[in-house]
Amino acid sequence: MSANKPVSVNAELSYQKAPDGSIVVFLKGILNSDTITYFYKELTNLLKIEIPRKLTFNCKDITYCDTIGVSLFIKAAELARQNNYGYEITNLDKKYTQLLNLFHPDTQEAVGEVTIKETFIERPGEDSLILLADIKENITFIGQATIALLLSLLNPRKVRWKDVLVTSEKVGVNAFGIIALVNFLVGLVISFQSAIPLEKYGGTIFVADLLVLSTFRELGPLMTAIVVNGRSGSAFAAEIGTMKVNEEVDALTTMGLDPIKFLVVPKIIASLIMIPILTVFGNLFALIGGLVVMITLGFPPVAYLNEIVSAASYVDFLGGLFKSVFFAVIIAGVGCLEGLKTQKGPAAVGDSTTSAVVRGIILIILFDGIFGVLFYYLGI
Amino acid sequence: MEDKMEDREVIISVKNFTAAYGANVIIDNISFDVYKGEIFVILGGSGCGKSTVLKHMIGLYPPASGQIIIEGEDITAVEDEKKIGILKKIGVSYQSGALFGSMTALENIMLPMEEFTNITTDMRKLIAKMKLEIVGLKGSENKLPSELSGGMIKRVALARAMALDPEILFLDEPSAGLDPITSAELDQLIINLAKNLHITFVIVTHELASIYTIADRVIMLDKKVKKIVATGNPQYLRDNSKDPWVRQFFNREAEVQTAN
Ligand SMILES: Nc1ncnc2c1ncn2[C@@H]1O[C@H](COP(=O)(O)OP(=O)(O)OP(=O)(O)O)[C@@H](O)[C@H]1O
Ligand SMILES: [Mg+2]
Repeated sequence: MSANKPVSVNAELSYQKAPDGSIVVFLKGILNSDTITYFYKELTNLLKIEIPRKLTFNCKDITYCDTIGVSLFIKAAELARQNNYGYEITNLDKKYTQLLNLFHPDTQEAVGEVTIKETFIERPGEDSLILLADIKENITFIGQATIALLLSLLNPRKVRWKDVLVTSEKVGVNAFGIIALVNFLVGLVISFQSAIPLEKYGGTIFVADLLVLSTFRELGPLMTAIVVNGRSGSAFAAEIGTMKVNEEVDALTTMGLDPIKFLVVPKIIASLIMIPILTVFGNLFALIGGLVVMITLGFPPVAYLNEIVSAASYVDFLGGLFKSVFFAVIIAGVGCLEGLKTQKGPAAVGDSTTSAVVRGIILIILFDGIFGVLFYYLGI
Repeated sequence: MEDKMEDREVIISVKNFTAAYGANVIIDNISFDVYKGEIFVILGGSGCGKSTVLKHMIGLYPPASGQIIIEGEDITAVEDEKKIGILKKIGVSYQSGALFGSMTALENIMLPMEEFTNITTDMRKLIAKMKLEIVGLKGSENKLPSELSGGMIKRVALARAMALDPEILFLDEPSAGLDPITSAELDQLIINLAKNLHITFVIVTHELASIYTIADRVIMLDKKVKKIVATGNPQYLRDNSKDPWVRQFFNREAEVQTAN
């Protein structure tokens, strides 16, 4: 009867038209996932040609019909109702009737495909409301975290020092290699690139001045913060986010433990300790990168060292360190806040990690700029 | 009811099966058969290895030793195409639901049909909607798993397991967390499918009321000996088992500590 009938499978649809405009459809064989497409196509082809006065299924030759098979009857009922003709099922085996009866006659009513169209006025309004709520949430969190941190520092015995230690190891010790490598390479590249133009003016030795100032004041703290943000800010968000999804954060709250004190404070303390230390090491390795370039250019190490000591002051060094303390707060704070904001579901953890990293980097660079302006006016 | 048991066709046969996670043996050398069209229930205390047995029966983990034969094929030995052939005949709902978090309830149910059949999209939608209706979740089609309650997730998982009308359904605690009415409706659905479509059910459950209503046969696992301690009809075991622990389980009594 039709080409798309499965060859090996026992299934057949035939029909009889009566003069009064009604159609009797004979279904034969198996109605399941293998044959449903055949039956469905045959039926729609038939009904496309003409709309009957009444559609009757004769099911006496159906040998098997599962719930997928039953969908044919539900679909036919839907078509009959849409086009206002009568519809009947005859001779269906009792056991399949029981299956059919599981479904309410109006199952086929369209699933309201919920697509609420927002107007271009609603959209920006809603977005700014979300932004306001977001800002409020951030400020609340900063307040809570500051209070929790101060209280913990006033009462150091209440701090979970074991967690601080574990986090310090993860944030600091384990990051040492990559911090050293990244800063070394940045030092190397900066020195090399600046050596070429400076050589024209016969001032190659000033590479050392340029490197030490840019490293201490900007690049050391910034590169270190960005790497740690990528490593640990995301890890904080993922860890707390997973706990949120698993209702562990709720469990803490109901046990009377403040999640901020319990989860966030140790991470902030660990970051406050480790990130400045990493920055110092980062600075050192950037200078070593410069040293390598200078040696290859034929300068003795002593000349390089003397130049560095005369170019940089403690103020430059400490200013950079001061910034890294701020960066530490940003990294830990943003990571933990994004973790705590995690919604339900596994994808939510991924979203929090992403936004922790992105927001962390934006804030780090923003504050770096603010400090740059501030230091300039303070004459530092 | 037990009279003709020997004539019935064995659909799953578990032979000398041992399960272990690393060196930690959970199940030690058990054997049992499941007959076609029966509702077979696995019982036992929490942590005794029911989910472990279920996951091995569907070929998720290789057994430490022994065979699991589904319709004549050893699921532990077959690979690739043949394994997919067996997997198409079975549906599984996991203890935690295991819905895909990024898909709506309807999309979760449509996924197996998309992968394994040539059913057209509008029919897939209709069939998926029907499956949701029989688990009592009409109207939740467009909800994401994160917007569903625990019991609703269980039922969507059940609907997804039934998506392809498989021959064998493995259900890990399908009625845990459901209210008594929904739970009873689920029991009726299971009986209906077993009777009318001869679907075989392998169910892990603790709900005593449900066990008495639906189970043709149960096996009971014990954590201490790591073996099957009872097999048979639940009513019969409740009244006649020689093992006091089994009777306690079926009568819902606390363990009696005998002083002597
Ligand atoms: N993936 C796994 N790795 C290691 N050990 C496991 C793993 N899954 C389960 N176990 C251990 O196997 C034992 C049996 O676990 P299983 O989940 O099978 O129990 P169950 O009978 O289903 O319990 P419940 O009724 O609580 O669901 C437990 O002791 C558990 O610690
Ligand atoms: Mg389990």
